[in-house]
Amino acid sequence: MNPVHYLYAAYIATWVIHGVYIGSLERRYSRLRQQMKDLRK
Amino acid sequence: MSSLRSVTWATIAKDIRLEWRSKDALNSMLFFSLLVVVIFSFSFDPTAEESREIAGGLIWVAFLFAAVVALNQTWARELRNQVLDAYRVSPAPATALFLAKALGNLILVSLLEALMAPLFMIFYNLRALGPAWQLIPVALLGTWALVVNGTFFAAMSLRTRSREIMLPLLLFPISIPAVQSMVEATRIILAGDGNARFWIILLLTYDVVFTTACLALFETVLQAE
Amino acid sequence: MKRAFPIFAVPTALLLGYAFYEAMWVAPMERTMGDVQRIFYYHVPSAWTAFLLFFVNLVASVTYLVRRNPKADAVALVSAEVGVVFCTIVLVTGPIWARPVWGIWWTWDIRLTTTLVLWLIYVSYLVLRRFSDSSQTPKLAAVLAIFGALDVPLVYFSIWFFRTQHPQPVIGGGGSIDPRMLHVLLINWLAFSCFAVMLCWARYRLERLHREVEEAESMESLHESTR
Repeated sequence: MNPVHYLYAAYIATWVIHGVYIGSLERRYSRLRQQMKDLRK
Repeated sequence: MSSLRSVTWATIAKDIRLEWRSKDALNSMLFFSLLVVVIFSFSFDPTAEESREIAGGLIWVAFLFAAVVALNQTWARELRNQVLDAYRVSPAPATALFLAKALGNLILVSLLEALMAPLFMIFYNLRALGPAWQLIPVALLGTWALVVNGTFFAAMSLRTRSREIMLPLLLFPISIPAVQSMVEATRIILAGDGNARFWIILLLTYDVVFTTACLALFETVLQAE
Repeated sequence: MKRAFPIFAVPTALLLGYAFYEAMWVAPMERTMGDVQRIFYYHVPSAWTAFLLFFVNLVASVTYLVRRNPKADAVALVSAEVGVVFCTIVLVTGPIWARPVWGIWWTWDIRLTTTLVLWLIYVSYLVLRRFSDSSQTPKLAAVLAIFGALDVPLVYFSIWFFRTQHPQPVIGGGGSIDPRMLHVLLINWLAFSCFAVMLCWARYRLERLHREVEEAESMESLHESTR
């Protein structure tokens, strides 16, 4: 395997991990907003 | 200071007496330790040369598992009978309770080790090429390192879901430097390869640091339940 | 407050883009390793950021134990979580870098191993917070953070001595660094630090909302029971 592919893998892995985390924050946020809305009813 | 000693002693004596009356828990732990040794011996069957190199690791991993089984029941009796609430309102110092439990666990785990070690020596045909007497401080300091943090984390795990898995989950990462010291010291003593002094001193340092931390913070944990 | 977030997010994203450009094209090629060495510009800043966040967690935990301030507890939780994210990146990019350069995925390199143990300690911290359903969770978590902090120097020493007995490869090399590379490294560190701040900010807002919802829920059940 060409060494440069490892470079791409590392950079992609970094942003995938950050992306997954931000995605989980988004999901938790919308779930809480929904809960708040239900409570206010 | 004498109140600390008398409360500690009274608690240990009570625990030993209660444990001795119904030996169920003790017997099952002894049998579990035996099973661990046998399973390890089937899984790793090295030559005499190799076994001296890896026995340290195998023995201490086996001790670690036996210790977790013992530590998980540390507070079981107190929890069943709501004893902890009584302790919280009593004038007895929390440190006395912690010391009593930790010392009790030290006795219990040392008992398990005293059973397992000769079996390992038999199955692996072990003979120490270095100063064998050094294995005693290593075993004592190493066991205390596991037991002092284990007793503390067992108390922290009381109000968590999956209490039994929480204890090893908290204990193992923190114990890494201690386990490495125990394993390396044992390997050096068995293989007669160098001086185990650094590892024994590191173990001693670990013990001092974490015994102090446990004594200082146990009150906080006890009140937190 | 809601307006401020995008105002800071955009320059952060631009900074990250610029730092990426510097790392990929501007930084000089390393003599022995070639282009793969550029992983260094993501691996090292992530490590520094993770350690900084864990330090923030320690300070917040001690503050909480001393002052019982719930905001300190929120800061502790946030910094631990974001710290674990960055720490994960260090542990993933490290072996990806090591494999083509040194031919091995893992070695008991002192920095990599200390990072692994820190990761384990803080994951156990997050598990404790998730599984502990008493109102005293913040106190217990703070105690665990202190134990973790006491452990780290011991981990460092034990690995250091282990390596003198069992020589192992060093990942990331020591020695001096070309000033042009240092420049790119610092730019990436600045970019990732800003990014970490944004992540912590977002997570803190989430935590505040979470606590508001919890309080509203308990108010609701209180009203229900008194009806």
